Amino acid sequence: MSSRLAWMALLAALAGCASTAERDARDPFEPLNRSVYRFNDKVDQVIAQPVARTYQRVVPGEVRDRVRNFFGNIGDFFIGVNNFLQGKFEDGVSDWARVAFNTTVGLFGIHDVATDMGYEKHNEDFGQTLGRWGAGTGPYLVLPFLGSSDLRDGIGTGADIYTDPLGEVRPYHLQYGLWALRFTQLRADLLDASRILEEASLDKYVFQRDAYLQRRRSLVYDGHPPREKDLDDKGADDDNDKKPR
Amino acid sequence: MTTTRSLASAALLAVLASLPAVRAQDVPPDQLVKTVTLEVVELIAKDKEIQSGNRAKLVQLIDAKVLPHFNFSAMTALALGQSWNRATPEQKKRLTEEFRTLLVRTYASALAAYSEQKFDFRPLRAKPTDTDVTVQVRVLQAGAQPVPIDYSMEKTSSGWKVYDVMVGGVSLVANYRTEFNNVVRESGIDGLIKNLSTKNRSLEAPAAPAAKK
Repeated sequence: MSSRLAWMALLAALAGCASTAERDARDPFEPLNRSVYRFNDKVDQVIAQPVARTYQRVVPGEVRDRVRNFFGNIGDFFIGVNNFLQGKFEDGVSDWARVAFNTTVGLFGIHDVATDMGYEKHNEDFGQTLGRWGAGTGPYLVLPFLGSSDLRDGIGTGADIYTDPLGEVRPYHLQYGLWALRFTQLRADLLDASRILEEASLDKYVFQRDAYLQRRRSLVYDGHPPREKDLDDKGADDDNDKKPR
Repeated sequence: MTTTRSLASAALLAVLASLPAVRAQDVPPDQLVKTVTLEVVELIAKDKEIQSGNRAKLVQLIDAKVLPHFNFSAMTALALGQSWNRATPEQKKRLTEEFRTLLVRTYASALAAYSEQKFDFRPLRAKPTDTDVTVQVRVLQAGAQPVPIDYSMEKTSSGWKVYDVMVGGVSLVANYRTEFNNVVRESGIDGLIKNLSTKNRSLEAPAAPAAKK
């Protein structure tokens, strides 16, 4: 009951923001998103980044590879499920073969032996499955703690978290420990990327939003999105020599 | 004695005569990407100073090896979209310079983060007559999905030139478009030039050594 009230309050807040001036059509809730972004950024600076840096400094790269592989293996099972849901049976079978080999030969997933056997890792989730089935992205959203998302991917992320095998782990303190380790590893892997984002952008919020939307679009189409028309208006008067030689 | 000398010069002439066959404009785009990538990675691997965080030297290396293969005015035009046509030649020149500085810096950051990943150079899927192609490279890393890097390249009189780079499906040029247009809408093209130059200066100033693992 109280959660429904919270949702209604959130929706009201979103609607209230939506009425103001000129704005990117993909991001009608920009002012609210920006505040959540600032909040996330603070959390990142104060907690996530320092922890990730320390982790990267203290834990040898070899061990971090094992940790990344371990969580990657857990993820592969539902990556397979999503491939099946998208009708990509060959990819789904390959994902489950990865789980089978990496869990056994790869010692509970800490070694990614399947990649060397030719079973490449894929990137799938419920958000992409919804997209594959024709769901539009809906408005762009910045979720507290989780960051860039949109209505479709937010729902997808909910399903991802709900079905995540980590949720089955008992006792709870072990489960929370594993979540924390997984996020630390993930953040550590993104340290370089976030530094580059910092350096490359004039407005970090806009740069990250546009990169997120482009990236998700590419993922939904498995790296082959139909060409967007406005990308073709180049060459207005660049210094190219286009004469046939 | 004279015969050996004339033989030697004949050999030299033959070598020189064969050189024009490998002029820059004749190198196929996929070959160009492969050669330059491997060369740069090797140079970095050999250079102790760059590895210990000498950013100026890395930028120098990029300037010398990578930049000649990019068409920055085309990139800037693409990133600006409509606004580009309204800019004066002087503004275009300044915009291109500032954007180029920013991109080189970003590229240097990305290269500094490179740590012995392997490359998978994909075969080029294009007809020999094509003048606009996409060269695909994948960066392979243990336990993670390969990261695709696509170079959009166009044939010019001085060889193939890159006019966009897509990393993991994100076009660099397209990603700057909203940002640039927001600034142009608020403070005009001169505002954008100023904004970019302030950004570039701020990145130069602190010169904080990159936090390496």
